[in-house]
Amino acid sequence: MEFLQLFVSGLANGSVYGLIALGFVLIYKATESVNFAQGDFMMFGAFIALWLTNTEYMGLPFWIAAPMAMAAMGLLGYLLDVTIIRRMFGQSQTAVVILTIALGFVIRFFAGVFWGHEPQTLQSPLAVGDVTIGGVVLGMADVTIIVVTALLTFSLFQFFKHTKLGLAMQAASQNQMAAYYMGIPVKRVQGFIWALSGVVAAVAGILFASKGAIDPNAGMLGIKAFAAAVIGGFGSLPGALVGGLIIGVIEPFAARYLPAGYSQMAPYVLLLLVLVFRPHGLFSQVRTKKV
Amino acid sequence: MRIHFKTTYNHDIRLFADRTTFLKYAALLVFAVALPFLIGDFYLGEATNVLIWAIAGLGLMLLTGQTGQVSLGHAAFLALGAYSNLILLDKGVPFIISFPLAGIITGVVGTIIAIPALRLHGIYLAIATMAISILADDIIVLTERWTGGVVGMFPPTIDIFGFEIERWTQPDRFYYLVLFTAVVCTLIYRNLLRSPLGRAFAAVRDSEVSAAAMGVHIARTKMTAFGISCAITGLGGALMGYYSGMVNNETFTIVISIQLLMMIVIGGLGSIHGAFFGAFVVAFLPQGLSIAKGWFGTSSVAIPGLEFGVFGMILVLFILFEPDGIYGRWVKTRIWFELFPFARKDMFKRQKSYLKTERLR
Repeated sequence: MEFLQLFVSGLANGSVYGLIALGFVLIYKATESVNFAQGDFMMFGAFIALWLTNTEYMGLPFWIAAPMAMAAMGLLGYLLDVTIIRRMFGQSQTAVVILTIALGFVIRFFAGVFWGHEPQTLQSPLAVGDVTIGGVVLGMADVTIIVVTALLTFSLFQFFKHTKLGLAMQAASQNQMAAYYMGIPVKRVQGFIWALSGVVAAVAGILFASKGAIDPNAGMLGIKAFAAAVIGGFGSLPGALVGGLIIGVIEPFAARYLPAGYSQMAPYVLLLLVLVFRPHGLFSQVRTKKV
Repeated sequence: MRIHFKTTYNHDIRLFADRTTFLKYAALLVFAVALPFLIGDFYLGEATNVLIWAIAGLGLMLLTGQTGQVSLGHAAFLALGAYSNLILLDKGVPFIISFPLAGIITGVVGTIIAIPALRLHGIYLAIATMAISILADDIIVLTERWTGGVVGMFPPTIDIFGFEIERWTQPDRFYYLVLFTAVVCTLIYRNLLRSPLGRAFAAVRDSEVSAAAMGVHIARTKMTAFGISCAITGLGGALMGYYSGMVNNETFTIVISIQLLMMIVIGGLGSIHGAFFGAFVVAFLPQGLSIAKGWFGTSSVAIPGLEFGVFGMILVLFILFEPDGIYGRWVKTRIWFELFPFARKDMFKRQKSYLKTERLR
């Protein structure tokens, strides 16, 4: 029973990592660069939702505030792309990496200025109540997180696979020049994907803040999400979710069964092992081109 | 504008392009040596800080700027340098041996870490090194027997053949030690660039395929770059340990790694000058901010994260408007004056490349 309890709480944590990792993968899939600020996006989205919902700030009903927060993060993602990221068009991946790390610091700074550095909790209707399934007590928040994450991953996967826009995004990442020739508005597609990853970050943030307190440094969670994305194989949406779940499940078990001091190393050791032995992750996206 | 009339092939790789350049750098060295007599103890401490960051920056510059491998894990190597120096001193090894040995140990460990990391490139390498940087914190706590864990270690007074250097009471002596190390590291770096190995580094950075076609052993070159880079960074770390007066698991966090990387980008990737310019920005930003706060009359209000927020904004502006960093700006300004009035706007236009996926090869 204890095993199952640990497992389910791990799944819920893992879903949040998976959601942040989804943001990485979205941007990687469409632009072949990594947004190191995705964790900070998540934190910022959570704070916007918190600011709209909590009674000491705006006090809006949660079901109005949550879509507004998602829209706001979508807009932020789009504006960041238009004003900053788009100027990096045609420059190396590394430059984008460093740029987004810097952006992360800037976002963290503004969150601190707006909302202070005290940990705060979102007054979310998701956070109340427990469900008991077969002797395992689950927080309502945990169940919601798992369900929402699964749904979101599934719909994004379908979106990339079947819609015109999704295919255009994949084409734009595979070969920008060729995508241009085929009439794909590469820059606009890129703006759209940044907006989409902003929305996903907001969802992750709202779910994360329903579970526990957030503060401006919550974005550091993004590092664990990296592990998730890498383990899943950068560029695979279901892979990101699976990677997140693996990291999430390993953590409580490591904390339970490994000696103190070793447990928090587990996700990173796993990350390094995967990088050394399967550099392209479990769901490898690398294919060899045949002539 | 000076025209170099080349008469031998060796002319291309001379340490200094001509006598004027040599005199300029000689003057700079004289100025650096005279510095303790010109400024007070506080600013001498700051100058020391700049030089220490510059040494660490030189290490990372060799790897990132010269060989094109991004590392977010250099704080781990700073820590390794600092700790191996302190542990050796603890075991009774004299400073004159323990200090270079700390660099060598860090270099060897860096090379070993590089072996699996060789298979990675770009983003994957950045993430792997970032994981190493995070793990370093935990490893320091776990190896408490040697490292002192959370309590940390306190560097003893440096003793070189009876000549004592105490960081707090004799800042001028400590400054000379740091200056000497910085000059040696710079000379090593500069000479490396003139050697076939340095050319191989640049070739690997610019295109691995063409480098391999020219007969460069990619894996070996990258490993050497990692090794030398980590060795220099280790020396910087050992000095940083002395400068901060105390080393524990939180002295060298992932944030230091990121700061180091941002520093060399602001300074100008791929140039020795860049490491020094970037170090100036890192070391003087806190002072500058507190002065700026004084102007707004808010000097007593502590704003957490302000330093990094401003640092991030500076970096964003640099990447957008001056990707070559401070040194790039300096070169452009100088050439504009040298060519006046013939300098043209597009002279420094960067080659754009269109992205192709790395998932399909």
